[in-house]
Amino acid sequence: MRHLLSTGDLSRDEATLILDTATELAQVGDRSVKKLPTLRGRTVVNLFYEDSTRTRTSFELAAKRLSADVINFSAKGSSVSKGESLKDTALTLQAMGADGVVIRHSASGAPHRLAGWVDGSVLNAGDGTHEHPTQALLDAFTMRSRLGRLEGLRVAVVGDILHSRVARSNVLLLTTLGAQVTLVAPPTLLPVSVYTWPCEVSYDLDEVLPKADVVMMLRVQAERMRDSFFPSVREYSRNYGLDGERLGRMPADAIVMHPGPMVRGMEISAEVADSPRCTVTEQVANGVSLRMAVLYLLLGGS
Amino acid sequence: MPENHGPYLIRGARPLGGDPVDLLFEDGTITAIGADLPAAQGTRIVAADGLIALPGLVDLHTHLREPGREDAETVASGSRAAAMGGYTAVHAMANTDPVADTAGVVEQVWRLGNEAGYCDVRPVGAVTVGLAGERLSEIGAMADSAAKVRVFSDDGVCVSDALLMRRALEYVKAFDGVIAQHAQEPRLTEGAQMNEGRVSDRLGLPGWPAVAEEAIIARDCLLAQHVGSRLHVCHVSTKGSVDIIRWAKERGCDVTAEVTPHHLILTDDLVESYDPVYKVNPPLRTAEDVQALREGLADGTIDIVATDHAPHPVEAKETEWSTAAMGMIGLETALGVVHKTMVETGLLTWEQVTDRMSAAPARIGRVDGHGRDLAVGEPANIVLYDPAAPVEVDGAAMVGKSGNTPFRGMTLPGRIIATFLRGVPTVLEGKIK
Amino acid sequence: MHARKPPRDDDESDARASKTPEGTRAVLDGNEINRALTRIAHEVLERTKGAHDVTLLGIPSRGVPLARRLARRIERVEDLDVPTGSLDITMYRDDLRLAPARALGKTEIPVGGLDDRVVVLVDDVLFSGRTVRAALDALGDLGRPRAVQLAVLVDRGHRELPIRADYVGKNLPTSLRESVTVQVEETDGLDAVLLGPSGPSPSTVLKGGLRPGALQYPDSLQGSETTEGDL
Repeated sequence: MRHLLSTGDLSRDEATLILDTATELAQVGDRSVKKLPTLRGRTVVNLFYEDSTRTRTSFELAAKRLSADVINFSAKGSSVSKGESLKDTALTLQAMGADGVVIRHSASGAPHRLAGWVDGSVLNAGDGTHEHPTQALLDAFTMRSRLGRLEGLRVAVVGDILHSRVARSNVLLLTTLGAQVTLVAPPTLLPVSVYTWPCEVSYDLDEVLPKADVVMMLRVQAERMRDSFFPSVREYSRNYGLDGERLGRMPADAIVMHPGPMVRGMEISAEVADSPRCTVTEQVANGVSLRMAVLYLLLGGS
Repeated sequence: MPENHGPYLIRGARPLGGDPVDLLFEDGTITAIGADLPAAQGTRIVAADGLIALPGLVDLHTHLREPGREDAETVASGSRAAAMGGYTAVHAMANTDPVADTAGVVEQVWRLGNEAGYCDVRPVGAVTVGLAGERLSEIGAMADSAAKVRVFSDDGVCVSDALLMRRALEYVKAFDGVIAQHAQEPRLTEGAQMNEGRVSDRLGLPGWPAVAEEAIIARDCLLAQHVGSRLHVCHVSTKGSVDIIRWAKERGCDVTAEVTPHHLILTDDLVESYDPVYKVNPPLRTAEDVQALREGLADGTIDIVATDHAPHPVEAKETEWSTAAMGMIGLETALGVVHKTMVETGLLTWEQVTDRMSAAPARIGRVDGHGRDLAVGEPANIVLYDPAAPVEVDGAAMVGKSGNTPFRGMTLPGRIIATFLRGVPTVLEGKIK
Repeated sequence: MHARKPPRDDDESDARASKTPEGTRAVLDGNEINRALTRIAHEVLERTKGAHDVTLLGIPSRGVPLARRLARRIERVEDLDVPTGSLDITMYRDDLRLAPARALGKTEIPVGGLDDRVVVLVDDVLFSGRTVRAALDALGDLGRPRAVQLAVLVDRGHRELPIRADYVGKNLPTSLRESVTVQVEETDGLDAVLLGPSGPSPSTVLKGGLRPGALQYPDSLQGSETTEGDL
């Protein structure tokens, strides 16, 4: 595979290889020299059309730990903000000899388009409401390291599924890896064809919680309320928010995940967010190892 | 501007796919049809063995982009593309810049068409000023102008206000006009990027539900029947729309409908490539819709094929999907696609193709001198089509200015060999004159 | 994202099936290998004056079980625990770009780390010396050993770098047209060192990856892509 555009493109073996590689690379963070020479002389461009300090920093750190040269190409204050097209930007990066381009873009499919215009590898770091493959991979990595397995794991993904690239990538990846996914949301925040997806769907969080090994909460933007996806923050959070009381009804060893940034008081209460069963900061740490693995597997070979 | 009014003698062509005959025409009129016609001195002979002769095609839905977007297409380049596709008359949609909402603009477009001389350009007038959907444009003035506008449309935008639509339908009765509606409920399609369904949900592109089209069509059919006016439905794209139009016709509504060649063959899974060459309004739908559209066209529920030829410059398509322009070109490939999807499948005879692509659109648009039979005394608007000359579609080889064809790389079963506009060849030996 | 996987335990049956490939001959059998390891254990004890500061690091995959066996032998003689781990050198290879990205082996550094230890690297075959070069680079990023030594089961010659082994099970003069295959019981079901004609052509090896359960040592430098033995 030359690019990582969608988790749907990964076979079970490929996905497992990424997770296994990340497991090995996780040790690098504990060493005295937190660096490997593997991508010496290779150039990785972070092409971010959306602000995302968290994801960009994670990719940057991952690439640097592999000794790649990293160029941050942010849309703001560059030729992009002066109206340069994605294609022209791609040709510019191509001319600079970028071996890999990590792209975050508000338009679904922008990484697919980019892949057609550059010779190097394209890594989708989140495109519109389409996918966020490395987030799903690091989520799976976190589940596996916390719970020891993915096969048969019952994962509930709760929140704004309709607009979530994290949900799309997770449904595809977790299904490939043998987990059972249940999407939980009000009907307005589910895609119309969700019944064709390889997962279960529920409108009732309380029914799902006692049977979940993992509960992944998604961010819900308050502005969705203005578009009538739900009547009020209070009603949303009463029906679909995770608070201490609901946490208590989950199995004892079940974990709570969140891709961040969290909206405390909306989809997750402060009590849950700060609970040791919540893996948010672990997910961030795992993100670096996971992205190292992806960068190595895409750029490390011939 | 092509010239030479003949006389021309076409030898051995098959009118409407029937038995071979010779056709003689001079000074723009067909003067003789029969076997082994004698050729007077000075007559140009066109060998047409095996070719099908059809009356010149009429397109009720073309975007010529002039004035305003001459980088995408001009009246001249678009009418050359039309001739290349076998068309002798096209309707130029009103969404130009400035909008064709006054007699001045429609007359300009009409005049440019005459000057180019490749086909008759019939301007479509805007229903509302600036396509803004707020108040009627000077529909009467456009009807009375030299352009004699009979088709009015805000195409690209839906006349969504029910009362405004009612008034428009009523108003055009005074001069036998027709409102061609772009059926798209605006609130249900805010930010919509493609057909809403499995593919849009997976690709994370905001969906464009079929109901947004169907609800408007249902409403407009009821309105048209209530006020006793003519309604034409542009680019029908869903199975539900076909059902509603069939129902409306059964209950006596004076509604006609069109389908585009691309909706007869392409489906929304092509969007998986995120290549905006497949981005179009209305969007590509599902295989089930395609099948219903073919059946609707075959049984007459859908009256005509119209191209919705929508040229765009390269930069409008070589971009991310969501920022790309909607639309695809279609004039030069329309007959080939209809041949492939409707004739080769046994759904239409060539006689019926003639009705769907020439006679019926001329009737709906009230276009004089087009869509006539191939008969002595009729205008010599004739297409010669080779049904056994497969051709691979190549956007770069198009006669029109833009190359955004969704059929690129596809092999179509035949090609246009010659087009005559009132006896003047605009295309000969497969090449534009 | 193709990567070759190192042979695993479940490859055993394949390994047994291929234990005496046609045209190869055993140059060391199980007993001889055991004797060689025992001798190396004694040499390590002698040279490190009791092996009190010794840490053994096997280079995956065949070096790892060899290191464990060596540790047991030392422990039998001297009553002490020899910290033993593994050191994967994949990320330090100098030929990564010649093949698709490879799956990583395990790196396990014993508790207590490597600082001020006498690290003995253990590998099955010493050939060009490039694996050892990569291992030395990897070590430098993991800590600062007092000394680094090298133990190999077989030294087949043809060095391409100024590297020599401190402990050698057997010096095996070979031609570049020959391949050396080490099998160990832990992963292959039995112990043997086989000498045979060179493996598949370098390009075949690069595309096809390793044969399960058997390490092939192709004859040319370009083809020397076998991860675990030597480069």
